Amino acid sequence: MSELPPKAPAPAEDAESEPRPGRVRKPIGWSTIIIAALVAVSAALVWRRDGTDGVLDILTHDLSLFGGILPRVLAGCLLGAFISEILPHEKVSRSLGPKSGLMGLLIGTAFGAILPGGPFTAYPVASALLAVGADFGATIAMVVSWTLIGYGRAVAWEIPIMGTDFTLWRIVISLPLPVLAGALGRFVYVRLYTKPLAKDDES
Amino acid sequence: MSAALLIDVLLWGSVLGVGLIAFRRGPPVFKASLREGSMDFINIVPRIALGVIGSGYIAAIIPQEVITGWLGPDSGWLGVATAVVAGAATPGGPVIGFSIGTVALKSGGGVPQVVAYVVAWALFAFQRVILWEIPFMPARFVWFRCAVSVPFPFVAAAIAMVIGKP
Repeated sequence: MSELPPKAPAPAEDAESEPRPGRVRKPIGWSTIIIAALVAVSAALVWRRDGTDGVLDILTHDLSLFGGILPRVLAGCLLGAFISEILPHEKVSRSLGPKSGLMGLLIGTAFGAILPGGPFTAYPVASALLAVGADFGATIAMVVSWTLIGYGRAVAWEIPIMGTDFTLWRIVISLPLPVLAGALGRFVYVRLYTKPLAKDDES
Repeated sequence: MSAALLIDVLLWGSVLGVGLIAFRRGPPVFKASLREGSMDFINIVPRIALGVIGSGYIAAIIPQEVITGWLGPDSGWLGVATAVVAGAATPGGPVIGFSIGTVALKSGGGVPQVVAYVVAWALFAFQRVILWEIPFMPARFVWFRCAVSVPFPFVAAAIAMVIGKP
């Protein structure tokens, strides 16, 4: 807990600041509604099985978890915001954009593998990359690489629990997967979302 | 404990590092990204709250024994497919996921099946998707990423079958 930020986040003086393109968030989307419904049903089932005490037990446990996570979420958000501010956009879209080829997928993979921290860093940073010009393919390579060959989880959890042999062997097997996933993503994306353009070309 | 501390040090060190770079670009750049990051944080907190508190309830109605049962010693591609579903449905964090993998290995689960389980857990564990990926990423990206990732636990199992045990 001594690792709190030296400076508190600037109070949001004015929410009316200019919205940056690509970072506009809908407060409530379909995913949120579905999750909320799922949670309500699960909580009701827990209540029927374990009564009010069971519901409260989980609530207190998760609230303390939530409190512990919050500073890291803040760090992840700041990291994402700084990265999207300091990365030169043209350079990102050239090296991670739709036309970046295999090199872009490899850069995304390397980036995901060396990124420090947990999900609270990986997803804000991935979201920042999308906003400054990376395409779905390179971002998929980055996210999949973070989850499959990133050292963070392997060192903290997988090696202690599953053993070094299994972990290293599993990582070796996983090495090609981020690039393949990114390539598949790019392949499908182009065919799904750029159809209308192709039709225009034909006519 | 020390691992968690190391993560925090690395994390805040990186924040300070990129913050310093932004600051050297000029205080307006620094201030703008500080405000942007804080606004992201404020927007995301309700969704993280729903994810953290909600996934506890979802996890509570999926008992671990069900998952372990799915990872029985049946081998072959049906076993791999079951392992993939089990990986996606595993509640809880990395401790539970990897412990189930270890139990499966020790109780005679096939190695390719356990690899498929661990890879599927890493790619799709519903709790991480709900709690982290959907709040932070555009929903369209998340569904697309998950759909595109479906073949890869099977690819990992196939590689494991070809190159053999660790």
